[in-house]
Amino acid sequence: MNANFASFLYLVSGILFILALRGLSHPTTSRQGNLYGMIGMGIAIATTLALAVPSAGGFGLIVLGLLIGGSVGAVTARRIAMTSMPQLVAAFHSLVGLAAVMVAAAAIYAPESFGIGTVADIHAQALIEMSLGVAIGAITFTGSVIAFLKLDGRMSGKPIMIGGRHFINIALGIALVVLIVLLVTTESKLVFWLIVAASLVLGVLLIIPIGGADMPVVVSMLNSYSGWAAAALGFTLGNLALIITGALVGSSGAILSYIMCKGMNRSFISVILGGFGGETAIAADDGIERTVKQGSADDAAYLMMNAQKVVIVPGYGMAVAQAQHALREMADKLKANGVDVKYAIHPVAGRMPGHMNVLLAEANVPYDEVFELEDINSEFAQADVAYVIGANDVTNPSARDDKSSPIYGMPILDVDKARTCLFVKRSLGSGYAGIDNTLFYKDGTMMLLGDAKKMTEEIVKAMDH
Amino acid sequence: MDQTLQKALDQLDQASAAVRLAVQNLATTPGTEAAGDAAHALSGGAIDPFVFRFAIFVLAIFVGYYVVWSVTPALHTPLMAVTNAISSVIVVGALLAVGISASGIATGFGFVALMLVSVNIFGGFLVTQRMLAMYKKKDK
Repeated sequence: MNANFASFLYLVSGILFILALRGLSHPTTSRQGNLYGMIGMGIAIATTLALAVPSAGGFGLIVLGLLIGGSVGAVTARRIAMTSMPQLVAAFHSLVGLAAVMVAAAAIYAPESFGIGTVADIHAQALIEMSLGVAIGAITFTGSVIAFLKLDGRMSGKPIMIGGRHFINIALGIALVVLIVLLVTTESKLVFWLIVAASLVLGVLLIIPIGGADMPVVVSMLNSYSGWAAAALGFTLGNLALIITGALVGSSGAILSYIMCKGMNRSFISVILGGFGGETAIAADDGIERTVKQGSADDAAYLMMNAQKVVIVPGYGMAVAQAQHALREMADKLKANGVDVKYAIHPVAGRMPGHMNVLLAEANVPYDEVFELEDINSEFAQADVAYVIGANDVTNPSARDDKSSPIYGMPILDVDKARTCLFVKRSLGSGYAGIDNTLFYKDGTMMLLGDAKKMTEEIVKAMDH
Repeated sequence: MDQTLQKALDQLDQASAAVRLAVQNLATTPGTEAAGDAAHALSGGAIDPFVFRFAIFVLAIFVGYYVVWSVTPALHTPLMAVTNAISSVIVVGALLAVGISASGIATGFGFVALMLVSVNIFGGFLVTQRMLAMYKKKDK
């Protein structure tokens, strides 16, 4: 195939990827968008095969690789539980990162096949682009592996603080720059692998000090990194599809990180430097004996059945308890009884952007009953009941009222403005930020202590009486 | 909201116009490298092909910026899944390494990369499809 025509086709697949993201502006157009994405990928693969026709053996290997990887991917996609989506996305990011490292390694061992010069005479510019790609790719790889382990509960969600980590990170960063310069001047394979090693270590060090509650930012950030790694390699290969895609993914991840940081009223830098999320923060113990009103499933059922308007506020606890289906049943019962039911979702509820929306969609909750913070916050004042299930810090009125609170300034859902707030919680402990929730002690709050799923199921049963 | 969409579309148009221009340039010269080379020759060798790639890159960032802001927050998880799937277009590098590389070592690296991104391509698009299929409207 003519190389010019191939470039044009790569452009087409880049445009199809743009349309894939564009489709996500609304649920009705989103499926079409995903289809565009698949077509774009198909065009990119077919073009590459037609442009650089592989040998028979090479073709066999390609089919084998696609088959093995493809079946693993397809089976995973089919079997994965929706609650495990954050882990899955983190794992997928790590694969892109590692693949970027592998492609760069292939390019340095066989530069001719990529049109970037010959062994020991690779264009300096290609080497710079390649080393950036490989460094970002390797950071993405180990960073995502750590994020995966934390999200999957195989590693404690608590931040792990290493003494002098800022110093080590800066030293590693400087070392990376020096190594990249060395690689460009010497084209030594040893230096290449040193870059890989330094970046792998840096990836681990960057993510381990970040706590569980800050994971939405981390996952978005790694999403962004995987894009920049792809773009850097796109420059090396002179491939339009890769450059465009890398830029899209990079900016997409960056925007999501920004939205998540804003949802927590924290600066990106402070999240990246670690700490906070999961840290044992100041438990507000001012010695005042405060009383908590506890209720039973029957009380909750009675209150909600006699309400006109109920707003449900789900959080990470709902995901952990897999309570979304029971919750939908409860909402169905209420709706059948003429109660107006809506769902309110905080931007950082859960462990990744949009986590709660996916779980509710899985439980067949129509998306037009689900509202974002800014759209629903004014409605709590008219609601009879706010049913908070598995959310904590995002409902803490201290963030709004108490200037001394560590989470002061974080936008919250005003559940305390509802006539009654039913708060489902395992125990009276504090949330991930380790901050006492003053909501528990308000007059209008009734605590429903127990597992989110069991409690909701009991309420559903009680509604039948 | 509509304004943002309009802006995004305008950006898209601009980007595609710029790229179309680059491709037209390319069609007039028998260069073998990508977009940049042709423009390189036309401009009397004054502009490095890198500049053209960089221009496309920057424009694509802007397109991405406006398009992603118009994504509804309810679909942020599918957005991450699908961006992850499309970033596996890095597969083109793996295919070159496996298909035509002269060195055995490079073929090996390429093969590993190919398997990894295949997991992503299939897994990413399919899981996105599975998620999107769940988003339903209220039955009226």
